[in-house]
Amino acid sequence: MPGFSRFTSRLVPLLVDNIDTDQIIPARFLKVTDKLGLGESLFSDWRFNPDGSPRADFVLNMPEHRGAQILLAGDNFGCGSSREHAPWALSGFGFRAVISTSFADIFANNALKNSLLPLALSGADHREVVALLKSDPAAEFSVDLSSQTLITPGGKPMPFPIDSFAKTCLLNGVDELGYLLRFVPEIEAFEQSTSRG
Amino acid sequence: MNAPKAKTLFQKIWESHVVTQEPGAPAVLYIDLHLVHEVTSPQAFAGLRSRGLRVRRPARTFATVDHSIPTGDPAVPLSDMLASRQIAQMEENAGWGGIRFFGMNSTQRGIVHVIGPELGLTQPGMTVVCGDSHTSTHGAFGALAFGIGTSEVEHVLASQCLLQRRPGVCEVRIEGKKGPGVTAKDIVLALLARIGVGGGTGHVFEYTGSAVGSLTMEERMTICNMSIEGGARAGMMAPDDTTIEYIAGREFSPRGAAWDSAVARWRKLPTDDGAVFDRSMTLDISGLSPMITFGTNPGMGLAITGPVPSPDQVADPARRSALRKALEYMNLTPGQPLLGSPVNVVFIGSCTNGRISDLRLAASVLRGRRVAPTVRLLVVPGSQAVKAQAEDEGLDGIFKSAGAEWREAGCSMCIAMNGDQLLPGQYAVSTSNRNFEGRQGKGGRTFLASPLTAAACAVTGTITDVRTLPS
Ligand code: SF4
Repeated sequence: MPGFSRFTSRLVPLLVDNIDTDQIIPARFLKVTDKLGLGESLFSDWRFNPDGSPRADFVLNMPEHRGAQILLAGDNFGCGSSREHAPWALSGFGFRAVISTSFADIFANNALKNSLLPLALSGADHREVVALLKSDPAAEFSVDLSSQTLITPGGKPMPFPIDSFAKTCLLNGVDELGYLLRFVPEIEAFEQSTSRG
Repeated sequence: MNAPKAKTLFQKIWESHVVTQEPGAPAVLYIDLHLVHEVTSPQAFAGLRSRGLRVRRPARTFATVDHSIPTGDPAVPLSDMLASRQIAQMEENAGWGGIRFFGMNSTQRGIVHVIGPELGLTQPGMTVVCGDSHTSTHGAFGALAFGIGTSEVEHVLASQCLLQRRPGVCEVRIEGKKGPGVTAKDIVLALLARIGVGGGTGHVFEYTGSAVGSLTMEERMTICNMSIEGGARAGMMAPDDTTIEYIAGREFSPRGAAWDSAVARWRKLPTDDGAVFDRSMTLDISGLSPMITFGTNPGMGLAITGPVPSPDQVADPARRSALRKALEYMNLTPGQPLLGSPVNVVFIGSCTNGRISDLRLAASVLRGRRVAPTVRLLVVPGSQAVKAQAEDEGLDGIFKSAGAEWREAGCSMCIAMNGDQLLPGQYAVSTSNRNFEGRQGKGGRTFLASPLTAAACAVTGTITDVRTLPS
């Protein structure tokens, strides 16, 4: 897993609160046995007409948002199911960060394991980003994980929290399972001392 | 001052499962029971294989198929190639990993959260995980049970552990007695209506209070099941006599001397007097009416007799627009009563309300009545064992003579992956747990309610207060 480096991108505004995982990727697309290709079904029911054609009025289909790597969502993003297909679909589409004011626990966990940054801003900063975007829809923001800030086009850093361990793993490309497996001797000792062998 | 510190149920389980923890890093938490299903596991097994790893403790993992399986006539071969590949893959992976698998032909198969307790796999004091958010259900037994993603499924398979940060604990005290027509489902819908879908984020709920002790295990499971709908990581309830009685004699329950020592351990689990919670709230259920949701998340619920709320009366602009969007999707008018609104489909089933007691509740309403001719009623048992039990009791006969479809066990129209789904624009009253846009089929509209309410709505073909159903 390569380390998570600083990047700059436009934002795609999808300012809906409580976007749930069934919207991010509807369940009928979960009948897959690999992780690839899910980007095509991202927000499928919002993105496509019943006949399968793209809806011109949906943000992800607008040409000006093509290639943007940051999704700007409303409050409480990712509630609902534990499907890791949600971050797989977002990453598969090309997103590297999602901005909200809070994230559902399992979604945030899943996202971090896939190098997709759940970026929770304060309510005030979130409103400011929305306002900035209104005055300049093409505004570019930088995501700097090492300083834990989102940097506005005017250079203002907006802090976001992130678990220190997750941050280290992301920055250094540490594989969590590799880390966990270092403790196998301790796990064995635990199993023996608690009669779980 | 040397007296042992008073601890919560959560704390006791957490502390006894931390294998080790490095400074600044999450705890390495031991997992006692891992449940696996066909939808969220294939990539985990593939990951394991590509790293050259094996399943470390196969005896602690149990697998079944529930999400994408058909619930129609079992003699008809599967027509969905993707689903059938997923099911075959589950079987193959279980075989490869040496994992006990309850497949399509097993009498023990069913929705993971129904069969865990039913088989006696779920026990107090355990850590239980599954690649499924409704793993919170198992917390009803005084276990710490939570949903995980597929990467974490791989972690558990490979190490029998997870890297976890300790969540906060929020006490949800439930007081009072439920009135006629009110069920566990109504209690949890009332809680969600109050706290919203993000109200429990970062926390585990421990349900306490006089009302909890008087609930049956199946009622407790219904409440813990929907903890995740409030954003909580898990829901839990202290084990008591009811819990112990339920577990006794099940296939995987301890026996003989092991049973006695297990019970002695379980008795020590409840939260000590004086233990401190990070947060606390109280819900008084006296005077509660049957509840129903009107919107597109489980927190958008109201007393069934109430009017649809009006966005104009919501001060917060974000909430106002969310409410407006939900009402638009549901095609409901602010201020209109929900009672009397037409219903096309009624779904009775899921890991929330697909147990035998739920089917009995539904049957108590449907006995001697007919489903309205405009309504399709699906009754889908949560497991094949629930199905067999219902048939022993003659409930299937009640459902069939009322005009319902009596189906095989599975998730079915809770998630609409298997062909059981709403058509665009249809209204469903569903005993499941999620009313998100399209959850029960693209364009479908869901009202969440209890089995009593669902059955009453099936009879009249409209949203109905079960308490007023003419006999
Ligand atoms: S019944 Fe519904 S909520 Fe429960 S496990 Fe199945 S799909 Fe998930």
